[in-house]
Amino acid sequence: MATVKYDNATRLYPGNDKPSVDALDIDIADGEFLVLVGPSGCGKSTSLRMLAGLEEVNGGRILIDDKDVTDLSPKDRDVAMVFQNYALYPHMSVADNMGFALKIAGIDKGEIRRRVEEAAKILDLEPYLERKPKALSGGQRQRVAMGRAIVREPKVFLMDEPLSNLDAKLRVQTRTQIASLQRRLGITTVYVTHDQVEAMTMGDRVAVLKDGILQQCDSPRRMYDHPNNVFVAGFIGSPAMNLFEVPVAEGGVKFGNGVHPVDRSVLGSTGNRITLGVRPEDLEVSGEDGLPINIDVVEELGADAYVYGSVAGTDPGDRPIIARVDGRRPPMKGDVIHVKPKADHVHLFDVETGLRLGD
Amino acid sequence: MIKIINALLAIGGGVLGAMLLFWVLNKLVEMLPRKWEARVKPYVFIGPALFAITVFLLYPAFQTVVASFANDDTTAWVGLRNYTSLLASREFQTTLINTLMWTLIVPVVTVALGLLVATLADRLTPGGEKVSKTLIFMPMAISMVGASAIWGFIYAVRPAAENQIGILNAVVTATGADPVNWLQMSNVKINTFLLMIVFIWTQVGYAMVLLSAAIKGVPEDTIEAGRIDGANERQIFSRIIVPQVWPTLITVFVTVLIGTMKTADIVYVMTNGNFSTNIVGAAFFVEMFKNMDNGRASAIVVMLMLAIIPVMVYQVKQFRAQEANR
Repeated sequence: MATVKYDNATRLYPGNDKPSVDALDIDIADGEFLVLVGPSGCGKSTSLRMLAGLEEVNGGRILIDDKDVTDLSPKDRDVAMVFQNYALYPHMSVADNMGFALKIAGIDKGEIRRRVEEAAKILDLEPYLERKPKALSGGQRQRVAMGRAIVREPKVFLMDEPLSNLDAKLRVQTRTQIASLQRRLGITTVYVTHDQVEAMTMGDRVAVLKDGILQQCDSPRRMYDHPNNVFVAGFIGSPAMNLFEVPVAEGGVKFGNGVHPVDRSVLGSTGNRITLGVRPEDLEVSGEDGLPINIDVVEELGADAYVYGSVAGTDPGDRPIIARVDGRRPPMKGDVIHVKPKADHVHLFDVETGLRLGD
Repeated sequence: MIKIINALLAIGGGVLGAMLLFWVLNKLVEMLPRKWEARVKPYVFIGPALFAITVFLLYPAFQTVVASFANDDTTAWVGLRNYTSLLASREFQTTLINTLMWTLIVPVVTVALGLLVATLADRLTPGGEKVSKTLIFMPMAISMVGASAIWGFIYAVRPAAENQIGILNAVVTATGADPVNWLQMSNVKINTFLLMIVFIWTQVGYAMVLLSAAIKGVPEDTIEAGRIDGANERQIFSRIIVPQVWPTLITVFVTVLIGTMKTADIVYVMTNGNFSTNIVGAAFFVEMFKNMDNGRASAIVVMLMLAIIPVMVYQVKQFRAQEANR
């Protein structure tokens, strides 16, 4: 039961001239599930480790429950962490692994046993309590790591890509379990992942980082509908948003052989080109107007189909254009279709700064 | 020069000879029918090694046991007399007590120091770690006789009127005291402890290298997990690092233990077994090559062998358990 506050927290590794985490500012509410997401090297794990006390803070502060913990060692912060490789103690049984923190804290044996068994029950680990970690499967180890955090009843849970070593099916299952467990326990959680689907499905709020700088921190819905800049727009959503650099035209921006209407005030002071973003599901197949696309690949997923293609008459760039089409009547590979964005579903960004234009 | 050429010839000839032997045997086996080939092949390959072990290890060991029940030139049976006279002699009793002290103290101190040095070196800068580890490992490259000579100078004593060449006595006389004859201080076995230091000095480097590698193999995240679980540095060391390097620790301990039991040269060189410092290895050497008493020498070795066997059994068991845990 605690709030967490990153107050301009900065981490600069010795020998680097650019901070790995640069003036991070996030307020996390009591009981909130916050996901830190970003590409590798963006500073998300470093941010988490700063909160854990495993990483020095070179500037700013970190507060847990309004108490400045910036210079406290990990053991004095009352946080529990689930590591990417689980970091189970190989020489201890499952029960000892889960009870280690309590043992260190000097809690009596009966109480430790009771709490370990309770956690084991929640996590379906009861038959394995006396086993060593190496005699467990990947999924079971992951649950032991969770159990080790749960028995502590800490102020904050920290999770560093806890699902990345599981196979795809188990990952989806465990994702839901962790989210519902967190909701039931109501313990403030900071969760790091590089997988934006995990971020979107698990978090109350999602914080996107890039190069150590916070790009946006919002609810998944808001993040999806209203990305603050080009990076967030391209990062959140799967398949990714289509981003076109288009010239400004009379009454809007030029899109293929038509003009997509944009309010003059939105374009404001920008130059004569802007970046236009449209999600694959917001591209409509139109008759003859719009952008002509050569279809290279059709992905049929049953209910939907995605077509991957390039603008007709141009080189297929490294980034294909993706559009969602009716799964029952998909076009064929090699066809040319015309697409245009649905009216209220475009995102406009400044070409230079990458920042969102208008609302 | 001739010696070097001889050595090279011996090495080359040995390797080539072994290869030729296996090649010929393999060819012979391959001439057998398929079914027999598979059955015979394993024995053909372990055969030469088994033969060598039998001839050069098992047979001599058996001969030694036999000789321990015979007289000094192995011409007549004497029953258990070699054993009873040895065990009854005051001098040999001291030797046994000394050996026991060596085996109880040396491996423990060596492993403890090795662990300490490995842990501390791990915290130095990479450059500092390299230099300090090299220095500490260096005595390992010195022969026991060489090490004894070096420490002989450290413990050296001169009459009070002369300049002291031993560093210990130089320090002692600098304070105004009389020089001490260190290696003759049999009171509370100080001289035996001084001899042990020589052996420990040569072995700590070995313990350090293996333990340091093991400590570096402890996953960093288990240590971090320990920190988050609330353990302080001491608890992390004793409850997370040491248990994870335990198998290596046991291996080093047993290796040093066996080495300690077999030691002869340090005592032989530094005190020649006098002043109640004798140990079993040195006593054997003296009986065998000075007193030319095959019977007593064999009896000493048999006793030593009996003492080492349980240690070996323990080590093999540990090793198996460790393998099973992989």
